[in-house]
Amino acid sequence: MSSSVTLLDRLNVLDRRWIFLAMALAVAAPILLGIGSDESPSPPTKRLFDRLEELPEGSRILMAIDFDPNSAAELSPMALAFTRHCCLRRHKIYFVTTWGTGVPLLDATIKTVVQSEFGRGDRPYQYGIDYVNLGFVAGDAVAISQLTSDIRKARSQDMQGTSLDSLPVMNDVVSLQDMQLLITPSAGFPGAKEWVQYAGTPYKIPLAAGCTGVQSTQLFPYYPDQLVGLVTGIRGANEYESMLASKYPVPYAEMSKRPASLRGGPQRWAHRLMISLIVLGNAIHFANRYRRSSHS
Amino acid sequence: MNRETTIWTLLFIVGGLSLAYHVQSSERGVGQQFVTPVEIAGRVDSATGVIIPLAVGESREGEGVIKGVRYDKARRETPQAVYSLSRTIGVWVAAILTLCVFSYLYRDNPFYKLVESIIVGVSAGYWIVQYGWTVLVSKVLVKLSPDLARYAFLPETPVDAKPEYLYLIPVILGCLIFCRLIPKAAWLGRWPLAFIVGTTAGLKLILFLNADFVRQIRSTILPLVVLSTNTSGGSDFDWKQSIQNLVIVVSVLSSLTYFYFSVEHKGWVGRISRVGIWVLMISFGASFALTVMGRITLLTMRLQFLFDDWLGLVRM
Amino acid sequence: MSKTVPVIIASLVGFLMIFAFFSPQLLWLRQTAEDWFAIITTIAMVYGGLTLCFHHLKKISDSEAGWGFSAVTLLAFGVTVIVGMLKIGVVPETARNLNHPWSGPFLQEGGGFWWIYQYLFTPVVSTMFALLAFYVASAAFRAFRAKNVEAILLLVTALIVLLGQTKDREITSLFLPAMTDGSTPYLPIADLTEFIRKTIVTSGQRAIMIGVALGVVATSLRILLGLDRSYLGGDE
Repeated sequence: MSSSVTLLDRLNVLDRRWIFLAMALAVAAPILLGIGSDESPSPPTKRLFDRLEELPEGSRILMAIDFDPNSAAELSPMALAFTRHCCLRRHKIYFVTTWGTGVPLLDATIKTVVQSEFGRGDRPYQYGIDYVNLGFVAGDAVAISQLTSDIRKARSQDMQGTSLDSLPVMNDVVSLQDMQLLITPSAGFPGAKEWVQYAGTPYKIPLAAGCTGVQSTQLFPYYPDQLVGLVTGIRGANEYESMLASKYPVPYAEMSKRPASLRGGPQRWAHRLMISLIVLGNAIHFANRYRRSSHS
Repeated sequence: MNRETTIWTLLFIVGGLSLAYHVQSSERGVGQQFVTPVEIAGRVDSATGVIIPLAVGESREGEGVIKGVRYDKARRETPQAVYSLSRTIGVWVAAILTLCVFSYLYRDNPFYKLVESIIVGVSAGYWIVQYGWTVLVSKVLVKLSPDLARYAFLPETPVDAKPEYLYLIPVILGCLIFCRLIPKAAWLGRWPLAFIVGTTAGLKLILFLNADFVRQIRSTILPLVVLSTNTSGGSDFDWKQSIQNLVIVVSVLSSLTYFYFSVEHKGWVGRISRVGIWVLMISFGASFALTVMGRITLLTMRLQFLFDDWLGLVRM
Repeated sequence: MSKTVPVIIASLVGFLMIFAFFSPQLLWLRQTAEDWFAIITTIAMVYGGLTLCFHHLKKISDSEAGWGFSAVTLLAFGVTVIVGMLKIGVVPETARNLNHPWSGPFLQEGGGFWWIYQYLFTPVVSTMFALLAFYVASAAFRAFRAKNVEAILLLVTALIVLLGQTKDREITSLFLPAMTDGSTPYLPIADLTEFIRKTIVTSGQRAIMIGVALGVVATSLRILLGLDRSYLGGDE
């Protein structure tokens, strides 16, 4: 009897730094052991995947990379997967970002996927013909509004300083209303919510979003009427990678091309720890209540 | 020396020795970064002074040839990869800064404060540079003085571009904000602020009304009795979809009732608003779980950086 | 006068943005306003940077506690701005621009500004956010207690969704008897999570969204009609 009371007392005053250590171990161990995990697709993710599959080759896709290093863990795998899919389907891609700190992440997406994986071979992706990097458009949500009426008002030159009028990929493209689909892996402000409010809903431009877990509940009300698809957090990225691996196994079944799947293992163990902590915390709570009621 | 200091000193010594041993013995190296050079070369046309890119196979030496080199990230085994000292130092700096931030979990300390100071300065500087080049040069300078922009920064600016002096108005209006530094003229600093607030208010009024009000109400108007076509061409009561729609409608109405504070929450209004609270609690519970997922992913990425890019213990 | 002119500016611009949605003839005015918005906010950002410098310079000159950290902040700020604005380490991207040393993108990989972003900015901000994973775990242990009906609902939903976010939602098959048709017996955690998301979570957030939209509309109207002048600050 006295030892269980002592244990309860110890748990009541448990230093939170032990919990921090447990969390660190729960995440570090699967990384060091190389434990990954794939995912089966949920309807909102599958809907976006199917839409990209259905669009005819050469469709214009705007890819708005609206996140920064804080959210890159969840959204970068998504951005890579979306870009890969667009390249596999030979769509024209228009890269842009409304986040100043997102420019290097946008560049990294282009380098990692478009230039490294699709820049060679029989039909290499060529800059200015198959894709363009519009870079950063200043003005936050107002920039999105500008893009819906005239892209050249927001940016008259691409990231390399080339006039947009001299790029074949920009022929017949005046505004976002000329796009067949807008895809935005985004976090915070301006993000998917602003894309829905300023572009997708008022101008009826098909729009799909990837978002962080934190932001996802705010976007659920927009799906499915105002969003074609919604990919949520690292799980959604994992789902998308799994679908790519299933449809295009060579080479997208390799784990090196699936960063979200690699993060699935630590995610699983950390979730198990969280569930255990919640259960343990409530067990302590009820044990304290029982002790108080039995003493009174 | 007290117990805590002793333990930390021992941990640092053991950690430092392990790191030193790992640096010595690791094949991949610790934090070593490699790059491939990308050469850009052209020949100056002596008649026009224009630089013409060299064709494939053309000699890169000789009179009139001008070259530049930039470096792209590469793996050690990539052909022509060379060791990059600056990026290797960068990875070590990044790793040390990461550990300094993690040290806050134990206790607030001067290392964390130092990193905090650095990031405040770097963040502010980053935004100034970003907006400076993207707006002040690429937009304002190009509009006000296209010739100067073409000569100095943006050589692709169209030759026939004419100055648009109308852009002096936003520049002057924006500069009025500096009047806030002068007490007697501080009132002028309100004008650019008013422009920003007015623009935002006007846009938000229409767009929020459309996307977040009208469309959301439209999405909530759902049939409570859903019929689906069966294989023989007749109609069946789709109870799953009907229940789903009923739950959505009841949940939205009860949550809205909770937020309606013009009527006291008593009697039936009180009961309905209580259901609304339950709906919101379920919503927040899901929100918490999804937040957890996001935060853990951030931690995973940082640890992956330490174990892969820095220590080379895993290959991602 | 000091507040009348700004109110007129805000109202004019605001109503222009509204009418431009309904009148294509006013589209060019709206585009102009959006253009000017970006320029004015940029200059405001420069002002913000200057204010930061003044604040920390004052801390140093008054020798306040922690003035050393202010010096570090100013140094970091100054180095970042100089390296970025001078495009140190950046080369032109194309051969024809080789005689324009400042034509390359300022965030070019390998440049000085890129180095600062990649090895100072990125690791620090992402690690600071990663700390939240630890605090969320601590909060789950200490604060997530089933004290009343609402807390129980929040707790149970969080547990279901936490389980549903990973492959562990299928692990419950270990404890269930085999199905008669031979299919794998899963507790429908995945279906339950999807149902919760589609119905209750969406509904709760929708109600919040509708309420916020009404609030934004009311506040915007008050600003445009000059009834709310709080954004102008106090009397001078």
